[in-house]
Amino acid sequence: MADLVILLIFMVAAGIVAVEIKDLLASAIALGAVGFAVAIGFIRLAAPDLAIVQIVIEVLSVVFFVAVILKTTHVDSAAGRAYKGADIFTFVVFGVFAFVFIFFSVKLLLSFAPMDRALGPVANHYLTQGLAETGAVNRVTAVVLDYRALDTLGEATVLFTAVIGALSVLRLEGRKK
Amino acid sequence: MIVLVISLALFLVGLYAIITKRNMIKVAIGFSLMEYAVNFLLAIVGFRPGALPPILKAVEVGKVYADPLPQALVLTSIVIGLGVTAFLLALALRLYNRIGSFDLEEIQRLKG
Repeated sequence: MADLVILLIFMVAAGIVAVEIKDLLASAIALGAVGFAVAIGFIRLAAPDLAIVQIVIEVLSVVFFVAVILKTTHVDSAAGRAYKGADIFTFVVFGVFAFVFIFFSVKLLLSFAPMDRALGPVANHYLTQGLAETGAVNRVTAVVLDYRALDTLGEATVLFTAVIGALSVLRLEGRKK
Repeated sequence: MIVLVISLALFLVGLYAIITKRNMIKVAIGFSLMEYAVNFLLAIVGFRPGALPPILKAVEVGKVYADPLPQALVLTSIVIGLGVTAFLLALALRLYNRIGSFDLEEIQRLKG
């Protein structure tokens, strides 16, 4: 698990760079670094399908960010501003929240899903009966396209709703001219 | 356990960006970071030490396989994440064309 820890520390470091750097273009590139580290982590976590999808999505998302930044500005004018009293209050509240959040999340996650438990009955059913029931060698495909096909229909609905939303927001500007 | 803690720390980096940053692009980046953290956390929950990918003809005795269900759901979540990012960026672009800045305080000043 040590390699995973190193990868995660790299992800957190790149995430902090993405959030704190003044140049928005560099920020988008740092976000891309986090995304590709996530893809490598998925390969390490025995999830090749997720790694493939993550790479495709990450390329698209960085292209979106760069396109928007090139059309507008790449300087974060709000960065490096002096902190006021309200900001310091926000930081203190956030620090307390971070501690409580991590403490209780880890406690709960470990109580209902310990790291080395055996697979549950549902996962075992997918693994042993999946080929006979769906004909898919890849069990992830079997779940996405057969056992939970309605979820996939919902996913497509959400995706098209997002596309329609983005297009309608961007179209208003074209019509005004 | 340390893996869970660092994934949650990545989630908190994203949340920090959403709460404290005044730049719309930074807020969109924070959303993406939170997404990555949750996806990675779910993939870790479906993983066992030494597990093989769930691509197999028949289960071999004595081998451990990763849980296919979290992987399938994370697959859905990754794609929806791109939709969220695209929508946020469209809103940011539209607001920039209106007020000439990504600064969220400028938008508050325009109110009324």
